[in-house]
Parts: sequence; C-alpha cells; structure tokens
Amino acid sequence: MALSHKVLGRLLRGAAAAAALAFLGLFFAYPLVTILKRGLGGSVPTDVWLDGGTRQIAWFTLWQATVSTVLTLVAGLPLAWVTARLSFRGRGLVRALVVVPFVLPTVVVATAFLALLPSSLQQGVVPILLAHVFFNVAVVVRVVGGYWSRLDPRLWDAAATLGATPVQRFRRLTLPALRPALAAASALTFLFCFTSFGVVVILGGPRYATLEVDIYNLATQSFDLRAAAALSLLQLAAVAVIVVVSSILEGRAGTRIPIAGDLATARRPTRHERLALAAILGGASLLFGLPLAALVRESFATPTGVDLTFYRALWQETPTLLVPPWRAIEYSLLYATGATAIAIVVGGLATVAIAAGRRGGGWLDTIVMLPLGASAVMLGYGFVIGFDAPPLDFRDTWWIIPVVQSLVAAPFVVRILLPALRAIDPRLREAAEVLGAPPGRVVREIDFPLLLRPLGVATGLAFAISLGEFGATVFLARSDRPTLPVAIYRFLERPGATNQGTAAALCVVLMAVTALSVATADRLTARAGRL
Amino acid sequence: MLVVDRVSVSFEGVHALDAVTLAVPTGRTLAVLGPSGSGKTTLLRVVAGLQRADDGRIVLDGADVTAVAVHRRGVGLMFQDHVLFPHRHVAGNVGFGLAIAGRSRREIDRRVGEMLELVGLPGTQRRDVRTLSGGEQQRVALARALAPKPRVLLLDEPLGALDGPLRERLLTDLRDLFAHLRLTVVSVTHDVGEAFSLGHDVAVMRRGRCVQTAEPDALWRNPADAWVARFLGMRNVAEQDGRARVIRPEAVRVAAGEGAVVLWAERSGPAVRMRVRLDDGNELETETAELDHPRAGERVAVTIDPAGVVEVPSWQDPGS
Repeated sequence: MALSHKVLGRLLRGAAAAAALAFLGLFFAYPLVTILKRGLGGSVPTDVWLDGGTRQIAWFTLWQATVSTVLTLVAGLPLAWVTARLSFRGRGLVRALVVVPFVLPTVVVATAFLALLPSSLQQGVVPILLAHVFFNVAVVVRVVGGYWSRLDPRLWDAAATLGATPVQRFRRLTLPALRPALAAASALTFLFCFTSFGVVVILGGPRYATLEVDIYNLATQSFDLRAAAALSLLQLAAVAVIVVVSSILEGRAGTRIPIAGDLATARRPTRHERLALAAILGGASLLFGLPLAALVRESFATPTGVDLTFYRALWQETPTLLVPPWRAIEYSLLYATGATAIAIVVGGLATVAIAAGRRGGGWLDTIVMLPLGASAVMLGYGFVIGFDAPPLDFRDTWWIIPVVQSLVAAPFVVRILLPALRAIDPRLREAAEVLGAPPGRVVREIDFPLLLRPLGVATGLAFAISLGEFGATVFLARSDRPTLPVAIYRFLERPGATNQGTAAALCVVLMAVTALSVATADRLTARAGRL
Repeated sequence: MLVVDRVSVSFEGVHALDAVTLAVPTGRTLAVLGPSGSGKTTLLRVVAGLQRADDGRIVLDGADVTAVAVHRRGVGLMFQDHVLFPHRHVAGNVGFGLAIAGRSRREIDRRVGEMLELVGLPGTQRRDVRTLSGGEQQRVALARALAPKPRVLLLDEPLGALDGPLRERLLTDLRDLFAHLRLTVVSVTHDVGEAFSLGHDVAVMRRGRCVQTAEPDALWRNPADAWVARFLGMRNVAEQDGRARVIRPEAVRVAAGEGAVVLWAERSGPAVRMRVRLDDGNELETETAELDHPRAGERVAVTIDPAGVVEVPSWQDPGS
C-alpha cells in the first residue's frame, strides 16, 4: 500500500513537471527559437554586432545598468538597515510601503518622472537612473533587509565588547555577513535594469536606447527582422553571462552567520539612530512620494485650473485609440485575471515539481526562471512572428495576451511559493499521516492551509505584474483592445497637454487598480490563513 | 502487545537498525535508551510506519502490520518538540485524528474536552498553539496522539525540550497517565533517569543493536557489558584482558579510618559524589547522602560490598 502511494505521488509530480515544461516549451522556447531562426537564416550576423550603433547601444545598456545598480544599493541599504534592525512604530507599514514601487507598472513610474522633472531633464540619463532606483530599492530592501533581519544580533554585541567601533563592525561583520544577499540583490537589480524597456522607451527620448528598446524599434518601425534577431541573441548571451556570474558570486559568498531563529532581531533605536531613522525615512518619502505626487497633480492640473477634465476624457472617443480610454481598464482587468490564473497554475505545478525533485530540482528551477531574464520585448516579438501561421495561429485569440503576461509573472509565483513549500516541516505531514490522514488528505489539511497565505501574496503580485506588463503586451494588444499601459504609452507618444494629462489620469487609475488588487489579495488570504 | 521482530534498516549501507527484537506486552511501558545515533528514533519510525523496514516484522496485537501504511496503522506518535499544526488551534490539533476518522462534531468536541482534561489543560480548546508554553505544547501533542485511542503510543524524547521542575512534573503525569489508561507505550530517550522512571522495562540500544533489555533494577544490578555500565552512569569500571570489573557506586562505603585519601568531593543534587585513591593506587567513585561528608585531602577507610561487584565483558568501540 505504502509503496503504491509513493509511486502514485512520483507519477503526479512527474506530470506536474511535464505540464509546466510543455507550457514553457510552447510559449517560451518556441517563440525565441523562431526569432533566432527567422532572423539569422543561417548566417552569423557579425556585421550587426560590430556595427558602431550596436556597440554604442550595448555600451549604454551596460553602463546604465551598472550605475543604476550601484545607486540602488546606496539608496536601498539604509532602508534595509532601518527595516531589519530598528524597531519603531510604523515599521510594518514602512516594510509594506517599500514594496509598492516594485509592483507599480513601469509606464506609470516613467510618466511620474515626466511629470516631476523640468522639461530640460525629462528625457535623458538622469530620469532613467532615477526611475531604476525607484523600482529596485524594493529589491534591495526585501532581499538584503530580509536576510539582515534573520542574522543573530548578538554577534554584533560580541564584536562591540571586543572593542570594534561601529565602522569596524560594519566593515568586518555586516558587509561579509550580508554578502550573499548583496550579491543576489545586485544581480536581480542589474538584470532588471539591463533589460529595462518601459522606462527607457519613455524617458530615453530619441538619443538613449537599451538593447531592449532597440529590438523594439527594429521590429516595429524598421521591420529589420535580422537585426532584431541579432540583438536578441546578443541580449540573451548577456543575460546568460549575468546569471552565471551572479550564481558564482552567490555560491562563493563565504561567511555564514548563524540565523537567529525566533529571536527578535530589531531593537529600539538610540538617539543617534533615531536621527538617522528620521533622515532615511524622510529621504525615502521624497524619492517615492514626489514623483507620484507630481503624477497625481498633473492628472488634475488642466490649462484652465484644477478639475476633472482629463478623467472625463477617459469616457470620450479619441483619435489616439480606437475605443474610449476607459475600455482599457476593462481589458486590463480581464487579461490580468486570465494571466494570474495561468501563472498560479503553471508556477504552482513547477513549484511542486521543483520541491519534490532530486537535488532540489535545480534544473527545472533554472528553466522556470529563464523568462525573467529573457526580456518581455523578445517574448512579445517572438509571439508575433511565431504564432501567426497555422497550425499555431494565435495572434488574434483573446488568450494570447494572458499567456504572455503569465510568462512574466510565473517566475515570481515560483519564487514566493517555493520557499514557503520548503519551509513546511515535513514532520507536520508525518504527524497527520500517523493520525490517519491518507496522502490526499495530508495535502488538503497541511500543505494547502499553510500555503494559503503565500498563495494570496503570489496571486496579488502576479495580478499586479500582469496589469503593468508592457514590453510584451505592446506587441500583441490590438488597437481596439488596449491594456492600460499600452493606452498610456499611446497617449504619451502624441504631443500636447491633453494627451499628457490623459496619460497621467490613466496612470493614476492604473496605480489605484494595482494597489487595490494587491491589498485585496493580501487581506483575503490573511483572514483565511488564520482559520 | 507490540512485537518488533528482527527489524533491520540501513541507510546507504550503514545499519541504522540491525536485527532489533523487542516485545512490549499490553499495558506496559518500554523505555528505549541509547546515545544519539543509536537508532532509537529510526526504531520508532519503523513501528509507526514512517520508515520501511528492509527486513523483519512489526506485529501489533497478533497482526502483522509491516506492510500496512502509516495512516492505517492506528499508532500514536508524539514527536520530539511536539510538531503541533501551527494553523489549527488546540482543539483542531487534538481532534485532528478523530476528524480524519470521520467522527461526528459532537463526539469530537466531547473527546477533545476529555483529552485536555486528562493532560491537565482543560478549557484551552480555542487557544492558538503558538502561544502555549513548551510544556503545554507537549501536553497538547500528547492529547493529540491519545485522542484516536491508538493501540500503541510512541514517544520520541517526550521531555527533550523541557527542563527543571517542569520536566519532573510532566514525567510524573505521564507515568500516572500510562498506568491509568493501561497504555502500551514505547518511549525513546537518551536520559538514564527518564528511562528508569518511565519504563517497566528498559532496552539499551547501541549502534542499531539492542544490547540489553531488562527491568530497571535488573539492568542496574547486571549491566550486559562495560559500555552499558558506563552509559548507565557507573564510574568504577576497570577493564583488563577483555573482562571488566564493575563496582556499583552504592557498594563503595567510606568511613573514618585509614587506607585511602579523598581526591575530591562535590555536591550534585541531594547526594555528594566523592573520588578516593586507595593506597594501592586504584581510584574509586562513590556517593553519600551524609551532610557531614569527608572533604578533599582527608584520609578515610574504604570497604567494598562484594554483592555490588560484577564481572562483565569489556567492550571495544569498533568505530574508534
């Protein structure tokens, strides 16, 4: 009996892995292979790679990602320290708020910086770097801060009693201890900035383009399939190098500091620390608050004063879109709902298969993470040319956008569910079994209730990412069925205060919808998780 | 009646259990005593059905249950550090087995109430298990294991995480409870005192083998070999040519006089431990309950009660 259950379990897990792989094979690998096959057509595009323009774009992509990463670390570390080590009123709120920028759509943040900065600074390097910092501070705070808060603070006490000054403690203890988290956060930030699309296409103006933006321009404006494919290949190679280097760095991160367990690791701040706390929280409020405030202001500030003109315009026909702008809300919600469902199913299947796999299911884990690095623009482009002829003629189906959005969201679902699943003490399942629960019942009584909370978080995040997805959706959204980010971009593309104002109003709506959906998912599962 | 019949388990070629045979008559408690890595926990997991035996049988009340899946075996297991379900309150934990068995709501409520009464936590049904103290959590785990009326109760280091008076109290409660319910119990521990006070019988495990099973007094009187004697806490074990002479501490008596010198004397709880060096160079340890005991450096007379001296085989650790 026991044996047949085991065999059945293994079969189910194998089926889960197979289903996830089949999905990724058809909707991720196939489109990318199509780009490469179509574009290269057998000849190696060394001419494109060695072209002066390409080198300039590659260089810009590289250095802006590097500078963005360094700036993000500088801005994020103090916040990580504050949320990990200091206990103060409103700490939970700060922790929750810091994550918000990350789930905001790129288009919204780019528009916010347009609204904030004077026109002389609106397009160029400065707004791009600022926007990248804006997004990725959340990564540093979550990854580094989360790690930091689990380190045993008594080590710092021990160092202090041995005579180490605060600076020495930071250099000799904090930095080496945080190295794995710093490496992970830097790698993620670098990857996001390297493949940045929405921010650069809006804030870069005609002069600045990343590889990602150039692929988009080549594919949609000059229809140069070969050059687009060549740059895609270049970008894929670069992403692979980043992933390999970062995993080596993370693997080598030597000093393992004991984890504090249930120990409370945050302490009441001293007087000096309270000053630092105020300064850091004030600075963060400015960085995050000012652009968003400027965006809201712009959506209300019409040439005739402060009123709802731009919001009223959402219900009017416009030459920019084929439908009144408010319809974009409807399409966004529909697509995001579908995308979230797919991402949860595929991500959930992959999670189960990875957790059950031998040696941690590492290879499957890597495969599932690939869409994160392969960039949204390439995916969208791959869908356009890969799925436009029978038997794979999906271009006009309603579900193609949810599918492409789910590919972008699924890696995040796995990253949330996998640690949660692994954290479940296997003896809880054994305890249930000994008390008479058959395997199916164990899943229902133990795994599912314990995963409900992370499932809610994953659902909220997947929904927010799908709502804000731009790089892939912009290729696939039909002009009569735009999503919010696509509609915003169409308005931004056109000159004039009305178009800018309508874009701002749509951004505010998108921001509100995003915040509301994440909060709802969180609230629902927080209540259900308490049983 | 639980019978473990020549059960063997190996992990990657290493014997975790090597032909272990044990019998626990209905209503009795067997304490399995051994150092860490001796296979105690593996033994419990095999009996519970969480670990498959490579060889041998588990017989429960006359029926061979070796091939019966865990969830159909009807044993109760109390894990080391309790392993309560964090997402269920106290009643949800205690009633889990009954709910799985499909009992009615009313029956479950009644039984949960009874069980909590029994373990000394009446009225805690709605408490969040994460807010309970270590001792309370252990009691809830016991109630959870007992609620479905298991045919045999297995305890893995039941007092492991507790200390001091709490430990003493739970020990007494467990013993009374087992007697009161006439439970068949296997309790695993590395603590000699715990094994002696819980077990009608004590089985000593070493490297996956059961080296001796006896009642506590018999075990103390006649340890199987030098290793067992030392593990039980006897210090006067002199090995020579494959034999060992064990002098139990209570057989060494110290009085005023000549023939030996006290090396040190220290209080450990109610008794005072002393080490003396005889004039022939041999050293012995002994205990006394006297408040007015000899001090270090004093000269004393030592007599040895021949009844407290046993000859046993010595034991060489093949691993070292």
